[in-house]
Amino acid sequence: MLVEAGHFALALALGLSLIQFAVPLWGTRTNDPVLMGVATPAALAVAGLVSFSFLALTIAYATSDFSVVNVVENSHTTKPFIYKITGVWGNHEGSMLLWILILALFGAVVAVAKNSVPPRLRANTLAMQAAITIAFLLFMLVSSNPFARLNPAAPEGQDLNPILQDPGLAIHPPLLYIGYVGFSISFAFACAALIDGRIDAVWARAVRPWTLAAWVFLTLGIAMGSYWAYYELGWGGWWFWDPVENASFMPWLAGTALVHSTVVMEKRDALKVWTILLAILTFSLSLLGTFLVRSGILTSVHSFAVDPSRGVFILAILVVFIGGSLALFAWRAPLLQQGGLFAPVSREGALVVNNLFLATGCATVFIGTLYPLALEALTGEKISVGAPFFNFTFVPVIVPLLLLVPLGQTLAWKRGNVLGTIQRLYAVLGFSLVLTVAVLAFTIGGPVAAPLGIGLGVFLVLGSLNEIVTRSWSRGTPLSVAFAKARGLPRSTWGTVIAHAGVGVTVIGIAATAWSVEAIGTLKVGDRLAAGPYEVRLERLTPRTGPNYREDVATLRVWHGNRDLGPLETMKRLYVTRGMPTTEAGIMSVGLSQVYASVGEVHSDGRLDLRLYSKPLILLIWLGSIVMAFGGALSLTDRRLRVGAPVRARTPHGVPAPAE
Amino acid sequence: MTRKQRRLSLIGAMGAVLALALGLVLYAMSDTIVFFHAPADVQEKGVQPGTRFRLGGLVKEGSVKRSEGQVVTFEVMDARGAIPVRYQGILPDLFREGQGVVTEGVLEPTGTFRADTVLAKHDETYMPREVADALRRQGHWQGEEKSPQQAKP
Repeated sequence: MLVEAGHFALALALGLSLIQFAVPLWGTRTNDPVLMGVATPAALAVAGLVSFSFLALTIAYATSDFSVVNVVENSHTTKPFIYKITGVWGNHEGSMLLWILILALFGAVVAVAKNSVPPRLRANTLAMQAAITIAFLLFMLVSSNPFARLNPAAPEGQDLNPILQDPGLAIHPPLLYIGYVGFSISFAFACAALIDGRIDAVWARAVRPWTLAAWVFLTLGIAMGSYWAYYELGWGGWWFWDPVENASFMPWLAGTALVHSTVVMEKRDALKVWTILLAILTFSLSLLGTFLVRSGILTSVHSFAVDPSRGVFILAILVVFIGGSLALFAWRAPLLQQGGLFAPVSREGALVVNNLFLATGCATVFIGTLYPLALEALTGEKISVGAPFFNFTFVPVIVPLLLLVPLGQTLAWKRGNVLGTIQRLYAVLGFSLVLTVAVLAFTIGGPVAAPLGIGLGVFLVLGSLNEIVTRSWSRGTPLSVAFAKARGLPRSTWGTVIAHAGVGVTVIGIAATAWSVEAIGTLKVGDRLAAGPYEVRLERLTPRTGPNYREDVATLRVWHGNRDLGPLETMKRLYVTRGMPTTEAGIMSVGLSQVYASVGEVHSDGRLDLRLYSKPLILLIWLGSIVMAFGGALSLTDRRLRVGAPVRARTPHGVPAPAE
Repeated sequence: MTRKQRRLSLIGAMGAVLALALGLVLYAMSDTIVFFHAPADVQEKGVQPGTRFRLGGLVKEGSVKRSEGQVVTFEVMDARGAIPVRYQGILPDLFREGQGVVTEGVLEPTGTFRADTVLAKHDETYMPREVADALRRQGHWQGEEKSPQQAKP
């Protein structure tokens, strides 16, 4: 009964979304405040209905209701409870429902947020938001109904894919989707501005927190996904330039550009047309990402084949939204007033350069990801574009940008002074160069990329922090005064500095992967295997039984030189229901570095293949991303975004950090 | 600086960066792209030894042999041909006889394919799309490309 109610709630939400789309639009055309006001309660009701629907599916999973097809295909009574909950979005239908849930909740938050959005803009924005909701609700109801019944009910479920039975599933998809869907708000705002033909600093101030919040979540979501793949896939790789990864990376690049260009718009009233276009492109890339992952059109190490007919539906959604919004852009953008002037060498100029490099980088990833599809459609040839392509195209485009970050960050608005800026960075620049040379000399004969990358990362970290120093301290300032000044700097400044430093930290982590060492060996109990500075000994091989799997546990003891670092376990599991084997890697963190072991074939004579990696400084990759996200979040709490937004109590709970 | 000059400098910078990116892309396209072939294609298209490509098909039943030092040999087959593959390393969990597989590597003059990558899939019923297409084209396999799962760790 609850299941049917959940299904019905979705249909009801679709009807209400149609109202939320049509009525406010009509209201803004006729200047009728009552009609415009319909948007808010409609958005709230849609959010309520979709939440109810999601809850209904969750309850079906929690109670193992095997009369629902979706539950039968993805659950099992012996599955641990946490995976019964996360299994809700561990499948196509459920993950689309999560997508819509987040979309509807975002809509509700926009509806009640008191951040001085003019009523016309709010009404148009909510109408655009409703248009997206309509498309995806239709998609669910027509081709991906999670509430389909099975008659007669199955006695037992088929269990969730073992790869997904991991805490990563609880964290990664929601974060990623909040990021993807968060950009729908920027998109809706952009379309609303185009419909109205008006855009100004108020618009930028309204849209920036949403963009920033979406960016923060997308950053965390990608980092989390990368770490999950790293420990789950057992190859020790953290980024494969795989189509599914690129699908999330492209909106991130465009979103990063958008975060920066809205700053220019808010502060200087410039780059309006470009910002609007970027907002449209960012969400378009999010949609494209959804399409690439959902349709299974690309071969990926991460995704699973899904029904191609669904892909066609999402493709249609893609065409309507991207085509429609770009047509709207072409039609209305000439109406927008050009904004403030600035010299090429200025903060604005630097942010334009940032956007240029990020957009170009995004374009190279786009070409590499979609070229195989285009070629296959045209010639029937099948090709794969892998890491070498992206390392060769993306990296050279993005490295110059990283070098410019500390410079651009300290340039003055309107008209800057390059020499003065470089002078302020002398100490940092000198230190980074000396460090690079020192590391190069110390690791002579090793890979050159690592020291260069570490030098770049250190330059980024120190160059960013340097801004705080130069703004709060000069020769002769007592330290206590300097600290007070530094503390008094706006949080958006701190946010920028921390986020940029986070980029540097990630760059150091990535560079250090050039030093990682891999060793493979066939071991019997008592044998040793060494990788880099670490050595392991196979202590024993024991069978063990879990709730829904059996496993062989290889217990290793790890040494760093003569220092005993303790035991490490890596498992070969067999999930009973699906008869599917998986490998659970054993990972030990030593400071910021890791020892990574994963067991391969277990031979009949008791020997086993073991893969062992030394991964120096690898944790910095994800720590840096967390620092980036923290910087973004700190910027969100800046005073100028809080002022004029006093009411927070009525924000629906359970919604991640509404950007006020 | 006038608006016109500013715009020109902007367009100049844009052109330079885009030209750089385009150059890199074109160069990388000629150098880093890897074609996919089914075993029968390798003979028909006359793929030269030394070229790097992806070989996909079914792992022939009974062809998997393991020897010292994690060396594995097996045959990748389709309806019209089979090619011996040699791989050193640890195979993915879902590598099985009779199942689809995609390997990447170089064809040796002896006719053996020396693979350095064997692609893993997350799903036991999943058939790599290229393999499914190639087999379907040859009328060898009619199975639906279906799996109940999706996700992306």
